Amino acid sequence: MAFMSILSEAAIPAVIIAILIIGAWRNVPVFDAFLEGAKEGLATAIRILPVLVGIMLAINIFEASGALDIIVTLLKPVVNFLGIPEEIVPMAILRPISGSASLGLLSRQLKEYGPDSLAGRILSVMMGSTETIFYTVAVYFGAIGVKKTRGTVWIALIAGMAGMISSVIVCKLLP
Amino acid sequence: MLNYLWLAMILLGIGWAAVTGRLGDVTKAVISSAEEGVQLSIILLGILCLWSGVMKIAQKGGLIRSLTNVSKFLFAKLFPDVPKDHGAMGAMVLTFAANFLGLGNAATPLGIKAMEELHKINNRSDTASDAMILFIVINASCLQFIPTNVIALREAAGSANAVAILPHVWISSSISTITAIIFYYLFLLMEKRRDYSIWHL
Repeated sequence: MAFMSILSEAAIPAVIIAILIIGAWRNVPVFDAFLEGAKEGLATAIRILPVLVGIMLAINIFEASGALDIIVTLLKPVVNFLGIPEEIVPMAILRPISGSASLGLLSRQLKEYGPDSLAGRILSVMMGSTETIFYTVAVYFGAIGVKKTRGTVWIALIAGMAGMISSVIVCKLLP
Repeated sequence: MLNYLWLAMILLGIGWAAVTGRLGDVTKAVISSAEEGVQLSIILLGILCLWSGVMKIAQKGGLIRSLTNVSKFLFAKLFPDVPKDHGAMGAMVLTFAANFLGLGNAATPLGIKAMEELHKINNRSDTASDAMILFIVINASCLQFIPTNVIALREAAGSANAVAILPHVWISSSISTITAIIFYYLFLLMEKRRDYSIWHL
């Protein structure tokens, strides 16, 4: 397991050093090239600012109103019937919408149920194997101004569902 | 789609808050959302500049072409519309690599870069291309090797073995990525059929 943490710690420095060495070796004026790219980055950041404000507006209103709690209450009988621990319902709803909110929720729930309990393990696997779908789709398409996203949201939601269902099954089958 | 979702979240939120008397909370949420949006883009601003700069060096050094050559076979199959030595290929490969290693913060700016590159070869300026759809759904299905955040939170909550869930994450995220790819092809088939029938009516 030490190998894993070394791998994740070393990844960013390793990528940067490899790019710089190969660039310098091939006679690229590295700092000039860096500045040229960084200016493009600045333009992109300014372009996505309004998108982020818009996304935050919708997420914050939805959370603050308590509408999320209602959806959880309505879904509880369904998940009980399917044999899914009902503790994971808020996460299943919040996860595709907001990354920071679902991380906060995971932290709270792991302390409540214990990280090594069935619910704690399912929640961990769910967080690790699914993404903030709405955020990803909105930011990526928003950055380039594409409005007709065709089937993207549906395909991503179906894949996210598959990830969530398999999180439950895998945690129940594997110790 | 996003237009409706955005509208629905705001209408439902405000409507429900009015019924339950939480309009005060919603008012606070509205004001703080503007602040949070700006904060988030400032956090992203530095890292966007940094990765765009580093990527430019990689591009000028021909590294992206070499990287793409390595994974050419798979990527050429998945993204037939993207030329092999185009900047989009390299940016996509790097985004997947960053996601795979659990470097979510690095992956977002790389992904935006990839979308810009894909947009250059998109002939409809307001519509997503096939390559964009597949790129996003693979990203959103989160093929992950090291979920850094989750391991850190499990550690913090006092887990006896915080990394015990890694194999579960690998299985589960592979299943969701494979599902994403399968449904992408299903979607293309359905879309084609629909266009086809309209053409003949």
